[in-house]
Amino acid sequence: MLVKLAAIFFSMILVNNYVLVKFYGICPFLGVSKKLDSSLGMSGAVIFVMLVATAVTFPLQIFILDPAGLSYLQTIVFILVIAVLVQFIEIFLKKYVVALYNSLGVYLPLITTNCCVLAVTILVVDDYGADVATLGFAAAYIEALVCAVGAGVGFMLAMVMFSGVRKRVEACDPPAPFKGLPITLIAAAITSLSFMGFGGLVENLFNVTL
Amino acid sequence: MNIASAVILCTIVGAVGAIVLVAAAKFMAVEEDPRIEEVASCLAGANCGGCGYAGCADYAKAVVMDGVPCDKCAPGGPKAAAAIAKIMGGEASAVEKKAVVQCQGNSEHCKPSYDYKGIQSCAAAAALYGGPKTCTFACIGLGDCTKVCKFDAIHIVDGVAKVDKDKCTGCGACANICPKKVIMIDAAGPRKPVVMCSNQDKGPVAMKACTTSCIACGMCERTCKFDAIHVVDGVARVDYDKCKGCGMCAQKCPKKIILFPLKDDPYPPKPVVKPAAPAAAKPAAPAAKPAEAPKAE
Repeated sequence: MLVKLAAIFFSMILVNNYVLVKFYGICPFLGVSKKLDSSLGMSGAVIFVMLVATAVTFPLQIFILDPAGLSYLQTIVFILVIAVLVQFIEIFLKKYVVALYNSLGVYLPLITTNCCVLAVTILVVDDYGADVATLGFAAAYIEALVCAVGAGVGFMLAMVMFSGVRKRVEACDPPAPFKGLPITLIAAAITSLSFMGFGGLVENLFNVTL
Repeated sequence: MNIASAVILCTIVGAVGAIVLVAAAKFMAVEEDPRIEEVASCLAGANCGGCGYAGCADYAKAVVMDGVPCDKCAPGGPKAAAAIAKIMGGEASAVEKKAVVQCQGNSEHCKPSYDYKGIQSCAAAAALYGGPKTCTFACIGLGDCTKVCKFDAIHIVDGVAKVDKDKCTGCGACANICPKKVIMIDAAGPRKPVVMCSNQDKGPVAMKACTTSCIACGMCERTCKFDAIHVVDGVARVDYDKCKGCGMCAQKCPKKIILFPLKDDPYPPKPVVKPAAPAAAKPAAPAAKPAEAPKAE
């Protein structure tokens, strides 16, 4: 079990990195990766929201949507839930965890509209929803949560790495037509290319089939 | 049946969410300093971001909580600063800020290097060999600043942007969008000289590029008794902290590109165009006092 969880965690970070391999959440990836501390702040908020959102939407899917035959409502219901959750978390943090509220700052409400979070909640249901029947709900739920945290940490890795890449890119002098965003996109493409090299790594490392 | 249950489910989820949020907002409300709202109501409300904060509300919070100076709202101007100062119980120290176009390269002075027929935007033209003028530092004159100005305060006159000082609020939108970075935002007030050129080329190159360019000869630097004007990166820049406004640099400038707008100026700056802008100042001297140029119309 532990081995499988570790395999899920690391595969979400390296092999199935949401940003660099699956291409979700590109807008914050490009928008907030200019500075290291803002990219860390954003990633922290994303990890947090991904975990909480999955914790709520996974049971919602298993216990309400699926039995009622309404699985096709997944997208809209999840969006609704995530939006409410983020707002609620913001109010909650403002009242009780002021330090965290200040450090997450403006990034928290931004995440409401982050496709990365919706992608995690939906893909987690696709990947581990079936495990409920075979392993029982608790095991599948834990897998889903580990997967969500892994996806968040993968997001953080991509952001932090790319903020470093961007610093180098900004210091260089590309040909005029490539200045600004074009060269940033090319740098992102090459970073993404390097992550493709991780394919198959985790399965062989942990000797499990995911 | 299916549709009904779908509608009901969505409604329930939405309603539960709404109830939770309303309850949370009610029971977990954080009491904020009432002054924050008062300060916010004094601001211009344009959310222009000129103050350096994420929006008017954010700036209001910074004023009340962190004691940030109350004069940062450019569109609100001294009026807003005074109103905020009243709320905060301090003195307003506002200086009005205005945009300044540091270029006079109109069609008379700066010839086109090629005939630009592309998209009518400075950003697009700038991408093509640095713009369609012989001087690659010059105002391109396709009016990206005009488009972005919310206050109708900047217009293209004979190929160069000119600021309408009465309308300009100094929000900095034009300076941010300008691909050539020839627009500076600074305080207009006491009379100080303004360098009306942004060309960083070496002398001969600059001279060929435009007849009203700074050739970095250093005459102003040698003339100044207060160590307040220097040639930096091939163009003269005034340090407004040190400048006493004597106007000697403007007199000695062989290219007459330093405007020194005294009312009865014995050496009136050659009005190339009607001196484009209010005053110019250097970003290097943010605290700078102001400079002023003849009115833009």
